[in-house]
Amino acid sequence: MAVGEVMRMEIPSGGDMSVTSPELHVLAVDDSIVDRKVIERLLRISACKVTTVESGARALQYLGLDGDKGASGLKDLKVNLIVTDYSMPGLTGYDLLKKIKESSVFREIPVVIMSSENILPRIEQCLREGAEDFLLKPVKLADVKRIKELIMRNEAEDCKTLSHSNKRKLAEYIDDAPSPSPSPSSSTHDDSSAKDFPSSKQMKSADEKFSSLL
Amino acid sequence: MDALVAQLQMQYRNYTVSLYQQGFLDDQFTELKKLQDDASPDFVAEVLSLFFEDCVKLIGNMARALDQTGTVDFSQVGASVHQLKGSSSSVGAKRVKGLCVTFKEYCEANNYEGCVRCLQQVDIEYKALQTKLQDMFNLEKQIIQAGGKVPQVDIN
Repeated sequence: MAVGEVMRMEIPSGGDMSVTSPELHVLAVDDSIVDRKVIERLLRISACKVTTVESGARALQYLGLDGDKGASGLKDLKVNLIVTDYSMPGLTGYDLLKKIKESSVFREIPVVIMSSENILPRIEQCLREGAEDFLLKPVKLADVKRIKELIMRNEAEDCKTLSHSNKRKLAEYIDDAPSPSPSPSSSTHDDSSAKDFPSSKQMKSADEKFSSLL
Repeated sequence: MDALVAQLQMQYRNYTVSLYQQGFLDDQFTELKKLQDDASPDFVAEVLSLFFEDCVKLIGNMARALDQTGTVDFSQVGASVHQLKGSSSSVGAKRVKGLCVTFKEYCEANNYEGCVRCLQQVDIEYKALQTKLQDMFNLEKQIIQAGGKVPQVDIN
């Protein structure tokens, strides 16, 4: 930049400088190419970023959970939601769910299971393992809209909880510390605090979860 | 021009309604149409194209599995039927899906003749749907070429 040159900012033509909520990035897992195409479109039309993979193994690879030290740089897009088919060859949707919930890094990511079969014990098993919701195929636009609202509501709650937690911890720190208190390092407060709070999702009654299926 | 467009639109409406009435399509097909817009004007055709490719592949698998002289692995046949049932359900291919339900029962019962019959029927059925949809897409093209818009068809 030459001396005296003014740096110009790109202002959107609408003139609206407000920050819009970031898009959800969804990882969709399904072995059926037809279903992948449909779920991708359903999610895109609902203003989500979508990555589709054809198997549980590929999903783990994408997340960097497959134990392969060479984790792909493609996952620089944070995943906000995982939607997976239940019946897949190799790793089933249930296996994938378990692996994600066992991971300290990824267990907070909501997982939604899809299945063409309305088998109650299967649904219960998935919800017990921590699935956010269960969608009966064929998936419709209304289903995706509902899931998206649910996830965004949970994320908003988590943010509120997080900021309350930060204020409380800061107050405690100030009370405990001898004068003069140095400013606390903010790095430790970010992700770790979220894990201290029980996920409100798990506490929903079974009735609430099943009502949509009836 | 307008008279032609109107006539084509009416033809299109009647044809589409008949596909639903004759059970070729169900409301999942209507759901797919909701996902088509100016940004994705060929979405339905693209999905159906993938579906028909899937049909060829899966029916091939079923035929091969049933062709084993000696012991037929019915679970292998059933696995392909399950997949076809899934994708036909996802696109609203009602008759194909219905056949898959019956087919699956024959697989579970290890009923060879039943399976062979279903295989033949499902092959005929997906091809029939393919032809019907081709005619429907052609009508859409004609409407657009005549300067009109493809009408939203209300099934109910």
